Amino acid sequence: MKKSVILGMATVAGLAAGAAAAGTVDDIKARGKLNCGVTTGLVGFAAPDANGEWKGFDVSLCRAVAAAVLGDASAVEFVPTTGKTRFTALASGEIDMLARNTTWTFSRDVDLKFEFTGVNYYDGQGFMVPKALGVTSAKELDGATVCIQTGTTTELNLADFFRSNNISYEPVPIETNAEAQQQYLAGACDVYTTDASGLAATRATFEDPSAHVLLPEIISKEPLGPLVRHGDHEWGDVVRWTLNALVSAEELGVTSANIDEMSAGTDNPEVNRLLGTEGTLGEMLGLDANWAANAIKAGGNYGEIFATNIGEETPIGLARGLNAQWTDGGLLYSPPFR
Amino acid sequence: MTTLTDPPKEHFRLSMLLYDTRYRSATIQVIALIGFMLLAAWIISNTIQNLEALGKPVEFGFFGEPASYDINQRLLEYTSRDSHLRAAFIGLLNTLVVAVLGCITATIVGVLVGVLRLSNNWLVARIMTVYVEMFRNVPVLLWIVLAMAILIEGLPAPNAFRGDNPTATMDLFNSVAVTNRGVYIPEFLFSRGLGDIHLFGASSIRFNVSLDLVAFLVVLGGSIFAMRKISGWAAAKQEATGDRPTIWHIQLGVLFVPMIILLTVLGFHLGYPELKGFNFKGGTHMRNSLIALWLALSLYTAAFIAEIVRAGILAISKGQTEAASALGLRPGRTMRLVILPQALRVIIPPMISNYLNLTKNSSLAIAVGYMDITGTLGGITMNQTGRELECVLLLMLVYLCISLSISAVMNWYNNRVKLVER
Amino acid sequence: MSDVSFVRTEMLPEQAPPASEVGALGWIKHNLFSSWLNSILTIISLYAVYYVLSGILPWTFQSVWNADSLNQCREIMLENWGSTHGHACWAVINDRWLQLLFGFYPSHLYWRPILALILLLVALAPVLYSDRVPTKMLIFSAIYPFLMVWLMWGGTIWGPISAALGFVVGWGVYTIVSKQLSGLFGIILGVLASVIWWLFISSYFTSAMASIIPIGMEAVESRQFGGFMLAVLLGVVAIGVSLPIGIVLALGRQSDLLIVKYLCVGFIEFIRGVPLITLLFVASLLLNLFLPPGTNFDIILRVMIMMTLFSAAYMAEVIRGGLAALPRGQYEGADSLGLNYWQAQRLIIMPQALKISIPGIVSTFIGIFKDTTLVSIIGLFDVIGLASAIRADTAWNGIYWELFAFIAALFFVVCFSMSRYSMYLERKLQTGHR
Repeated sequence: MKKSVILGMATVAGLAAGAAAAGTVDDIKARGKLNCGVTTGLVGFAAPDANGEWKGFDVSLCRAVAAAVLGDASAVEFVPTTGKTRFTALASGEIDMLARNTTWTFSRDVDLKFEFTGVNYYDGQGFMVPKALGVTSAKELDGATVCIQTGTTTELNLADFFRSNNISYEPVPIETNAEAQQQYLAGACDVYTTDASGLAATRATFEDPSAHVLLPEIISKEPLGPLVRHGDHEWGDVVRWTLNALVSAEELGVTSANIDEMSAGTDNPEVNRLLGTEGTLGEMLGLDANWAANAIKAGGNYGEIFATNIGEETPIGLARGLNAQWTDGGLLYSPPFR
Repeated sequence: MTTLTDPPKEHFRLSMLLYDTRYRSATIQVIALIGFMLLAAWIISNTIQNLEALGKPVEFGFFGEPASYDINQRLLEYTSRDSHLRAAFIGLLNTLVVAVLGCITATIVGVLVGVLRLSNNWLVARIMTVYVEMFRNVPVLLWIVLAMAILIEGLPAPNAFRGDNPTATMDLFNSVAVTNRGVYIPEFLFSRGLGDIHLFGASSIRFNVSLDLVAFLVVLGGSIFAMRKISGWAAAKQEATGDRPTIWHIQLGVLFVPMIILLTVLGFHLGYPELKGFNFKGGTHMRNSLIALWLALSLYTAAFIAEIVRAGILAISKGQTEAASALGLRPGRTMRLVILPQALRVIIPPMISNYLNLTKNSSLAIAVGYMDITGTLGGITMNQTGRELECVLLLMLVYLCISLSISAVMNWYNNRVKLVER
Repeated sequence: MSDVSFVRTEMLPEQAPPASEVGALGWIKHNLFSSWLNSILTIISLYAVYYVLSGILPWTFQSVWNADSLNQCREIMLENWGSTHGHACWAVINDRWLQLLFGFYPSHLYWRPILALILLLVALAPVLYSDRVPTKMLIFSAIYPFLMVWLMWGGTIWGPISAALGFVVGWGVYTIVSKQLSGLFGIILGVLASVIWWLFISSYFTSAMASIIPIGMEAVESRQFGGFMLAVLLGVVAIGVSLPIGIVLALGRQSDLLIVKYLCVGFIEFIRGVPLITLLFVASLLLNLFLPPGTNFDIILRVMIMMTLFSAAYMAEVIRGGLAALPRGQYEGADSLGLNYWQAQRLIIMPQALKISIPGIVSTFIGIFKDTTLVSIIGLFDVIGLASAIRADTAWNGIYWELFAFIAALFFVVCFSMSRYSMYLERKLQTGHR
């Protein structure tokens, strides 16, 4: 009996949602909240703390977008998604954007009809082995038992790598990082493979991190980035340029510490355009003039977000590497704000 | 033309559809059917509209494309270049393997525990009660995860077998290696084997049949047939003359001599597992994930079966036991010859639903990374292709077929037992 | 007269039985070492118990309760016992137990789920202790579902009231129409009226009343539900809602109407033939596809719908068992009184059949309750899902057994007490019935 009530209410809600399906930005503004898809828990990238507050690198991006659109970094509803449910949740409109370290691939972009709005972390699949094994290259892993996390591109890369090098292996598919870690530590697999960032993060929490090494081979390109549905280009632009704003802010030296000062106006026209004191960039996006300033205030610029969540100061201790600014030899290269 | 005996001819009125019991049931049924068809049409049209909006028409073409992922536990040969359909088929076989193994073990453990719960040994009965309550009252998903964790943490890694002073050794005269990657047992090898025959060409359900196995089964079947003939002859002789000729040595000979001859001809030997490189090589490898799932499922289901068995035994009246002891049967034989056959009638129907539950619960294999059909078709294939509708519907269809066949077989068996009873 | 007597006239004094037959020793002899087989079994069992306990007890009790992270736990262990193995780090439970119980439910509102749970017991009292609680309490049981929805989700009180009014409207239409026309017509029109109310009128009614008399509490989105509370909620909702559906299905399955019968059989066998996890896949991946374009509602509601359908099939079988257990004479008696089908069901059959089915319903509930853990596979934060999320926190990454031991203990306590209660009920009902 109650089911029909719920169904009825749901249908009413659905009708209401159908009527208001004008554009994602308008929807979010009407709702007052951004629905952001994250992982169900990945060290450093997204996990709830003891108060149920979500923290992490991907989470910060959601908060920045919420701040840009709504002016409030806490107006985010985090929707935990699994490898299976993430695309359905996005396609069905349950979430507005997905920030769940998702690799940008051709088929996801074209066949599954999503729009990747940039890359917030350049990753690659690596291998971790116990030092005692004495392995120095992934090519020496003939016959090894390899732990992999399922539901990602990882297993495909692995199959391709071993096949193309004509060496055999024994895959052990595992659902979560925590279980993979347990198997690896107990010696149930010789090698653990996943994104290099995940490996480093996992190794950092071991009792004795120095007893494990990451092999030099990176067998895949894993550009991880936020994505939205095909079709709503205005919303795609908002997410894309929020990410770019964070990257540009670092390049231009805008930090959460000096942003108030800089918002008053500086000598650098690009900073002024970014922070909305000059030009009408915000208006073009359909947002407030200080949208980018809000986004940067939410958790700092890209460098600050990196440093607080996964940087070398944190237990995870990732180096910037590929994720440094292009001026520092990395791949971060934001198009200009003009 | 009317006669007096005819009742006045009734004219059909619309209200009779509601008030006349002759029509009313038809009315209700038609309404129900129309309602059902409307609901189905509504759902289907919604689905079509939604899929069109997503740009994902229903098509099964992706099944022919290469799966590109590897499956470690497989009964048939499979590489990452095989199709998604082949991967699903491998997964289906894995589901069936764990379901069959689980059902057998669960039955054995369950019957044993059910009987031991009634034991007059206080300690044993209590331990069995604790076991049953613990397993029945904790979710099976937890048990699967815990079983896996215990295997991983409790057993030695292959590394422990290495070196001059290994901390772990192989069991049973160096033939079995129990590691936390699984159990390696000796495999049967034939040095002058007959080879394989390939069935179904290159389709996704192709498989190889080992001719050695076929030959072995044929000989075994022949021997058993001969044995039955011999005991039939002995029984006839006993009927005729009153004393039964000793035939056990003939029977043993008939059973083993042809088999030994065949095995020698084929060059039978055991392949022992050996530590080579990272892993044990050779032998048959039963992976951890299979063992954990198998153990957890069968122990969990066994707890339920134990309760069924206990209830079934308690349902047999005390007089039966007393009559059996009056005949001088010992308790063990009483149980085996008098109680259990009768209890079976009460036990089998709930047992069927437990077998079904076990098979359905095997879909939780995903928690330990055992690649059953939920892990292949409903897991990686669905993930990589993004065809949720096709994959989930096919997955449900497969499980439905398995469930219906299990209930059909078990119901047939149940009916047979029932007939024997009468 | 000689007083030589060969017959003893007084009884021998009672002697204490041999020491080996009474007391602890006798008990041991009879219960543990009555035969050589039993002796072997006893010794093996004793060893097994010792082995298990010697592993578990030190781990459980030589443990760390206060620490901020696993690393800190390990430091304390090294300091106290010189090794990090064989000691539990219960600090993670100490840190996160509220989250494991309530998920992300706002902490200042914890009283609401707790009150809902207490009221649930009150609402169940007239059903479970029918002999000791006045029947009038049933009114509260009828109100309870709406009260629970309001307590859990909060928001305006007019939502649940308007949902309840739907039933009132339906009932009103039914009584009027069935007097004027026929009962069947009444049912159809009544259901139609309720559906129209819920679909088209209730939202206007709710918003109108909410603006006139705004009574409400802080709303909590179902996304914030989690932990053990989610398991209880899913279980209670699934069972509560599936009870009426199960009754209809069970009646349909037994009915003489062929089409109705086969529709019911098809539904029941389909649901019972597929694993729950595939139904949850449907909830998380496909249910939105089946509904009109643009419809989008919460994953928790979708899971509730699928869990309800799932338990309805099992419930139907339990109730069918109850119906089958009723003696034929009850049906015939109802017929001979001239009651029609629905009257007979309502007054004679169902009250008895449901009473017999209560133990079966309780065990279905236990089963559903345990199966709610599967929602972690589709990414909901029930206890197991939360355990994974906690392990994704840098502070607790690498912890394993403590969380699962805690979860297992939670489930064990709840399910065990329920199954004991159901056994007690079974005994009580048996004596009451025969």
